[in-house]
Amino acid sequence: MTRTGFSPGRIAAWALLVVAVAATVFPFYWMVRTALTPAADIYTDAAGLLPERPTAINFLRVLGLTSREEAREAGGSGAQVDFLRYLLNSFVYCGLITVIQTQCCAMAGYAFARLRFPGRDVVFGVLIAALMVPPIFTLLPNFVLVKNLGWLNTFAGMVAPSVLMTPFAVFFLRQFFLSIPREVEEAATLDGVSGWGMFWRVVLPMSRGPLITIGLTTAVWSWKDFLWPLLTGRDEETRVLTVALGIFQQQSPNTQPDWTGLMAGSTLTVLPVLALLVFLGRRLVESLNFTGIK
Amino acid sequence: MAASKVVAAPRRRDDRTTVPRADAGGGVPPRRRDDRGVAWLFLAPVLVGFAVFYVYPTALGVYYSLTDYGMLSEPNFVGVENYRELVDDDRFWNALKVTGYYVVLNIVSQTVLALALATLMHRLTQSMAMRAMLLVPWLVPNVTVGLLWMWMLDANLGFVNHALRAVGLGTTGFLTSPDWAMPTIAGINTWAYTGYTALLLYAGMLQIPRHLYESASLDGAGEWRMFTRITLPLLRPVLALVLVVSLIGSFQIFDTVAVTIRNAPAGVTRVIYYYIYEQAFTNFRMGYASAIAVVLALLLGVLTVVQMRLLRASRSDLA
Repeated sequence: MTRTGFSPGRIAAWALLVVAVAATVFPFYWMVRTALTPAADIYTDAAGLLPERPTAINFLRVLGLTSREEAREAGGSGAQVDFLRYLLNSFVYCGLITVIQTQCCAMAGYAFARLRFPGRDVVFGVLIAALMVPPIFTLLPNFVLVKNLGWLNTFAGMVAPSVLMTPFAVFFLRQFFLSIPREVEEAATLDGVSGWGMFWRVVLPMSRGPLITIGLTTAVWSWKDFLWPLLTGRDEETRVLTVALGIFQQQSPNTQPDWTGLMAGSTLTVLPVLALLVFLGRRLVESLNFTGIK
Repeated sequence: MAASKVVAAPRRRDDRTTVPRADAGGGVPPRRRDDRGVAWLFLAPVLVGFAVFYVYPTALGVYYSLTDYGMLSEPNFVGVENYRELVDDDRFWNALKVTGYYVVLNIVSQTVLALALATLMHRLTQSMAMRAMLLVPWLVPNVTVGLLWMWMLDANLGFVNHALRAVGLGTTGFLTSPDWAMPTIAGINTWAYTGYTALLLYAGMLQIPRHLYESASLDGAGEWRMFTRITLPLLRPVLALVLVVSLIGSFQIFDTVAVTIRNAPAGVTRVIYYYIYEQAFTNFRMGYASAIAVVLALLLGVLTVVQMRLLRASRSDLA
């Protein structure tokens, strides 16, 4: 900090920053506020900062915890929605991709960084070239592939294209493994550790930071994913939150969307990432320094 | 802390060439090691995934673009017919135009705001809480963001129109007006991604040595002068990278449009990704959709080359 004290310029700068944060946070507040408002009140009680008659009914009905009649009475269209299930599906989808992809990419990153075998650099080069192919390009044929395998509306089909690898994660983890001092491995070699054991017992335990970083990034992206799960996991059994929200929106009557229900559903997509931010905020924010600027 | 990690980053690009060479010489056992057995074991899952879900589909995508394929029958080879049709397809050109319009609006507003935000943070506060809050919109699915703003901007009940009415301005159906729909979507995504972009730029600013600002301040330079003479020039490599990455990212806008398009005026919001989606899964013209995807891939390829150029050209700035 070069200047201290309260010059008018500094006060103005702080004011701008506070406005930016407020503009970031306020729509989320409004989302929760709407979710806590009875559907009947959104015409009459539309502008107050707090709902006049706060209620949890919207959450209960989108979570499928009320009967159809109760849900319809509370402003729903009567269509069956079960966000509890979609929430669980999202966790499964996200969890499978994050855990398995991180593990597989770590293994490959290690092989590319530390093992010696013919063709290593060529294979790695081809892999990195894939970063240039836009996702929509592989999306169409992958959809046909998954469809022909009979994997539509199964978790297997939904996670298939990304669960084993993504070029960026291999690249990122390889860079980290390259930075581990050789001496560590040499010392372990003297202790009789080699190959397979070196990776599991020496390298992985040293790499928790970068593994969590890349895992978090993967988790966030798969949590946000929409188009692929929309195409491959439309059914109730595999429908994730984002897809469920899209379908829920289309089910609501044409005259006026079921805003209170939609906002309750939307809140459910925000809560888990908010929890992530609370518990792993520092790591998440700092991971941008790694992954963003490469 | 964070700064040191970032400083190390640009050097990583060279590792690929230097490290294997170091292997052959330096501190390795004299006998020539070959780990091919265990290496292929380590690589197996990734290589299977890569071959089946990246390489094969890429080849298949090019092939589909040369066929008439409705997904129900086998692809029927038609040569460059799809591409010939593309040239005369007004909807395709319109989709490109709409996407370009969106990209320009989004990139300009997002970059200017993010730069301002990052500078304010850099010069005022190190607050982790503030940074975390700015990141929230990026963490949230685009579908949620789209719905949230549809509600905020609803012509009758939305908060924004209430606020506009309260200060005596007329109300607007932002997403239903042909003139406003696309700028509104650009605004929504600016809201969603500015915090993220600002944090990337902020991380870049942390690399700039503090003493530069201190001595400039002693020389009586004001904040604006420091921004234009120190921050901006030294940030250029990071700024260029962030700019082009978000440029390529915004060409691929889909989710926000897919959610909000229902009440949007026809054609005005049909971006290129949406057009591909529509051709493939509404009109069942997989071959034609693949041809558009090929064109988009080539377009993004050109942008990537430009990105490489920019990065290499700006390397010398990193003193």
